Amino acid sequence: MTEPVSIRRLNMIEAINDALDIMMERDPDVVVMGEDVGYFGGVFRATAGLQKKYGKTRVFDTPISECGIIGVAVGMGAYGLRPVPEIQFADYIYPGLDQLVSEAARLRYRSAGEFIAPMTVRSPFGGGIFGGQTHSQSPEALFTHVSGIKTVIPSTPHDAKGLLIAAIEDDDPVIFFEPKRIYNGPFNGYYDKPVEPWSKHADSEVPDGYYSIPLGKARIVRPGEAFTVLAYGTMVHVAAAVCAEKGVDAEIIDLRSLVPLDIATVEKSVEKTGKCLIVHEATRTCGFGAELSALVQERCFYHLEAPIERVTGFDTPYPHSLEWAYFPGPVRIGEAIDRLMKA
Amino acid sequence: MIDKARGNLPPLSLHVPEPKFRPGDVVDYSHLAIPPAGMQPRPDEQCAPVETHPLCLDMVRVLDEGHRATGPWDPKLDGETLRRMLRTMALTRAFDDRMYRSQRQGKTSFYMKCTGEEATSVAPAMALAHDDMVFPSYRQQGILIARGYPLVDMVNQIYSNRADKLKGRQLPIMYSAREVSFFSISGNLATQYPQAVGWAMASAIKGDSRIAATWIGEGSTAESDFHAAMTFAAVYNAPVIFNVVNNQWAISSFSGFAGAERTTFAARAIGYGIAGLRVDGNDPLAVYAATQWAANRARSNAGPTLIEHFTYRAEGHSTSDDPGQYRSAQEREEWPLGDPVMRLKQHLIALGEWSEEQQVAMDRELVEQVKAATKEAEKNGILGHGLHHPFRTMFEDVFEELPWHLKEQSEQAIRERKIKWPEWKEDEA
Repeated sequence: MTEPVSIRRLNMIEAINDALDIMMERDPDVVVMGEDVGYFGGVFRATAGLQKKYGKTRVFDTPISECGIIGVAVGMGAYGLRPVPEIQFADYIYPGLDQLVSEAARLRYRSAGEFIAPMTVRSPFGGGIFGGQTHSQSPEALFTHVSGIKTVIPSTPHDAKGLLIAAIEDDDPVIFFEPKRIYNGPFNGYYDKPVEPWSKHADSEVPDGYYSIPLGKARIVRPGEAFTVLAYGTMVHVAAAVCAEKGVDAEIIDLRSLVPLDIATVEKSVEKTGKCLIVHEATRTCGFGAELSALVQERCFYHLEAPIERVTGFDTPYPHSLEWAYFPGPVRIGEAIDRLMKA
Repeated sequence: MIDKARGNLPPLSLHVPEPKFRPGDVVDYSHLAIPPAGMQPRPDEQCAPVETHPLCLDMVRVLDEGHRATGPWDPKLDGETLRRMLRTMALTRAFDDRMYRSQRQGKTSFYMKCTGEEATSVAPAMALAHDDMVFPSYRQQGILIARGYPLVDMVNQIYSNRADKLKGRQLPIMYSAREVSFFSISGNLATQYPQAVGWAMASAIKGDSRIAATWIGEGSTAESDFHAAMTFAAVYNAPVIFNVVNNQWAISSFSGFAGAERTTFAARAIGYGIAGLRVDGNDPLAVYAATQWAANRARSNAGPTLIEHFTYRAEGHSTSDDPGQYRSAQEREEWPLGDPVMRLKQHLIALGEWSEEQQVAMDRELVEQVKAATKEAEKNGILGHGLHHPFRTMFEDVFEELPWHLKEQSEQAIRERKIKWPEWKEDEA
């Protein structure tokens, strides 16, 4: 018997806040910390109200030191807590890289399981907000390259809550990148048109209370036959909008977690469609798209009817004034779709 | 480059530190200020951090020239405790000597001794509660020995054999021993510093009574994690003890490259609002007393303490290092604070609690004890001789569960093995 669940319409920030609230309620070992997350509730409001509800020893502000935030979280995890540190922008995660790569990721392995780092690093990422060089980056490939770290990126309020709950419950360190461009609404890449708020979108229907979405499971956003789209975060919505506009019958897959990757869903789709379009906002060279492309090539080679297409950001730092020339928007995606449809 | 002279300003000059003595130089330590033992005041454990400032520039010493314990820092340990301390330090040294030889004999790839620094790990371990969590660097093997961790398990780890609890994954001496509250050692310097603070914060969050202690070399205080740890510890008043083992050398770089020409390492504590103590690191009683002071302080929510242990790295940095290439061989002989094992021995003899004969007998016994542990460990294999953990364990513990890509890579590794050795079976090592 399943109890009927009440549904609320939430934007992504509210869904993340709800997930944190639920996990703090369920597990007294969950602690939330980061720059401005305590009294103020976070620069994006993701932790609003939590300190008031759970107290200063469970939700607290930290000094401005990413290496300190991550390092302290590793120690808390060794004690037995389940820390959820926030890095204010993914662009500022680099001072914490040594603690993430050398420590959090390796701790279980190097201690043969004596110590673990059950932490979830939340961080807003991605561009499309005129954030310039240091408020727009998508550094996911730096983490997918590291053995021992899971990398998760939601694209809807519903998924953000379920995936964040799963990440917090997971005993492995998880990097949880939140596409800040779609905190308030599913941006479709048409920057010159108003953004629809989440409340008008079906994926903003978020069940109350606890539920989780397993890490390593992709979501088929739209089934189709013409070609497979592999995307995550903001680009799921951009790619879907371009496909809809062009009237192509694409199968759109939101990967949701990059490591572990849902390879079975990817393979099954590309074997069916014979064509693959990979879309991400991060820079192209050695981006996660390169790994996806290699995997599809290795595993679906005899089904491929066209070269795999990669639509990405350019190999430059993220520009301010030329943001929409940089962003892999409808024109760049459209051109790739045309090539695939002609092949 | 400079394209025009700016008036008559003198040209700036870059100062690059240079140690006082290089190979072949005659060593003269008269520039070191070594205060007499017993003269340093012992402030209240609840004092404001700034009150410890004089002690950050001074040096807490207990054992005097006549090997007597003196002054307010005398921890007044009984004969039995002192003998246990001496034995643990001597066992640490005997273990180091044996493992160094094992590396030279090719039984393992690597080793690092702590000769001359035994007091900085053994004495703190004895002053802490057994379940206080320690976050060591790679030169605190004395803690494991003081906490009764089996020598056989240490050797198994060094030999990466089939009984190695870390399954042959870690470089020798990078121990992990949760059962004795000894945190996994990392090769990345200083990372354990903020981790210790986080552990201490967690203990405080949970209303526990355990505290954390961490160790770092003076060279690694230059890492950014040192600054982060000190800041976080001060901000949250974390119950943590920071040990800086100032052994004068970071591989070939003398302590001047970590800033020692300008101030002491203990003095940095004051800038963070943390209590600081500078102790004679070769005086086991001073080290014990300082740790006890800091532990009482942390345990009563009075905050963190940084202890600089002024000592000397008597041997090379590691088995891969030859200190004769960069420092005078005389340094060790002339070191004005002597040898910690010998000083404690002399103290016990002066107390009438020990004798040269007992020392000789003990040393002989410890050599046998280490030898027996080594022989026992060798039954489980030595490095590169085939007795190691099963092959598939290489892929375990990367994550809690094996994801598909690691399963595939594990299968690939097994295929490679079978191509090379067709008779090999999967359940063999």
